[in-house]
Amino acid sequence: MKRTTLLAWQIGLAIAIIVVWHVLTTYPVISDVKQARFFFSTPVDVAVRVWRFFATGMIWRHLWITLLETLLAFGIGSIAGIVIGFWLARQPRVAAVLDPFVKMANALPRVVLAPIFMLWFGLDIWSKVALGVTLVFFIVFFNVYQGVKEVSPVILSNARMLGMNERQLFRHVYWPSALSWMFSSLHTSVGFALVGAVVGEYLGSAAGLGYLIHEAESTFDMTGVVAGMVVLSVVVVLIDWLVTLIEVRLLAWRPEATAHGA
Amino acid sequence: MSADKTAAAVSLSGVAISFGSGASLYRAVADVDLTVQPGEFVAIVGPTGCGKSTLLNVAAGLLTPSAGAAEVSGRKVEGITRAAGYLFQADALMPWKTALANVAVALEVAGVGRAQARERALAWLARVGLKGFSERYPHQLSGGQKKRVALAQMLIRDPAILLMDEPFGPLDAQTRTLMGDLLLSLWQADRKAVLFVTHDLDEAIALADRVVVMSAGPASRIIADHRIDLPRPREIVDIRLDPRFHALQSAIWRDLKAEVMRAYGDEFAAMGLGKSAGAK
Repeated sequence: MKRTTLLAWQIGLAIAIIVVWHVLTTYPVISDVKQARFFFSTPVDVAVRVWRFFATGMIWRHLWITLLETLLAFGIGSIAGIVIGFWLARQPRVAAVLDPFVKMANALPRVVLAPIFMLWFGLDIWSKVALGVTLVFFIVFFNVYQGVKEVSPVILSNARMLGMNERQLFRHVYWPSALSWMFSSLHTSVGFALVGAVVGEYLGSAAGLGYLIHEAESTFDMTGVVAGMVVLSVVVVLIDWLVTLIEVRLLAWRPEATAHGA
Repeated sequence: MSADKTAAAVSLSGVAISFGSGASLYRAVADVDLTVQPGEFVAIVGPTGCGKSTLLNVAAGLLTPSAGAAEVSGRKVEGITRAAGYLFQADALMPWKTALANVAVALEVAGVGRAQARERALAWLARVGLKGFSERYPHQLSGGQKKRVALAQMLIRDPAILLMDEPFGPLDAQTRTLMGDLLLSLWQADRKAVLFVTHDLDEAIALADRVVVMSAGPASRIIADHRIDLPRPREIVDIRLDPRFHALQSAIWRDLKAEVMRAYGDEFAAMGLGKSAGAK
């Protein structure tokens, strides 16, 4: 499909959904209008609410908090994942001992940790950052570990024959290989950092997009809930687009990077 | 590289190579003596799985033999042989580096400054006919172009001996011929000692001063050693038409044929090809 045709279809679908939503909440097609509005709000109300979020400027503080938590979770989780991934990949004995523990920790649904983190780190941003870190860490860790392990033995032998010592092997072979694996999971790990932040806010906080949605929900303010969701999804799409830009730049050497870049 | 000028470039004596242990012990190579003189181009041919490549790895210091000793330029091989350049059969370029960076890194790790390393790498890329391809990544190059980058990467360090493991094996026939000519013209310039492993007898004869034939595995050893007295410098396409080339080819093939048959033994017999597979 051509790019413009594709875009036309996508915009068409969005308009269709909004029209159906509008018709069902304005005319008594399947149920009472008042009831439908209580459960689903209306597109016009939501648009007005989103506009008011930005017009009054109240949204900026929440957006900033959520983005800060996301960024911190991503940064700390990535650094920890890279360091420990490298270390375990070069220390197979330690890796063998830790293997079941790593699998157990990774299998744990992270939501159950949220209350513990609130207890440990309080209700401000750090409990949300901690939740995000536990999600990001494992993705980065597994990818870096794999990246170091899966270096082609021929490339490694060749690098040795070129006279590289351990430090140079790290810099020219292991590190770029691990980074390429890490970047290939960038979309997932950035996404999970945001999930950690929002879920944490949702469970207990005084600011952030998750808090905003939760507040609206507790007063049955469906317009507020949907408006919060709209802002959140636009942010996610923007971040994803940014990650794609970074990825295309950093993984220029990889044939696949350009293939799924757009 | 303060090499002993009188010593052999490569000397393997009584080299045996085994893998595994106990009941699963596999003797790949048994008792090989092989000497490559300075400036000599030696090709090793043999059926698949005869352990040709493992001999190269011993000389390179990538593999420790289970018996025997290896010396390069009079020095015992311990750890990686710094004086050797190695051209691998599979892709060995770092995919995250451009062609230029792949070649330059061979100098950079030896302590040459970045600017100078790049300048010399550009000159080497030009010598292998890749001027204008320096900023390409390996995946943007063809198989033959990648091999030429690898060749430049190996030669820029100016190693005393060259080890090549079926380097042109994955390439198509025309590209192989061109790569062979390129290798010969580069080699002609400074005549380093070469140990070249191949399963292609024609390639071995066209390139080498000596062709060594190995027997089929397990426990393969050297069964014949032929001197190739074709004149140099050579052009591969022309040399193949030389009557002397054909005489050498049939002489060496007589030795090689029995081993190839042995390597495929039952498979060929099952196809009813055992008797008639005479001339090549």
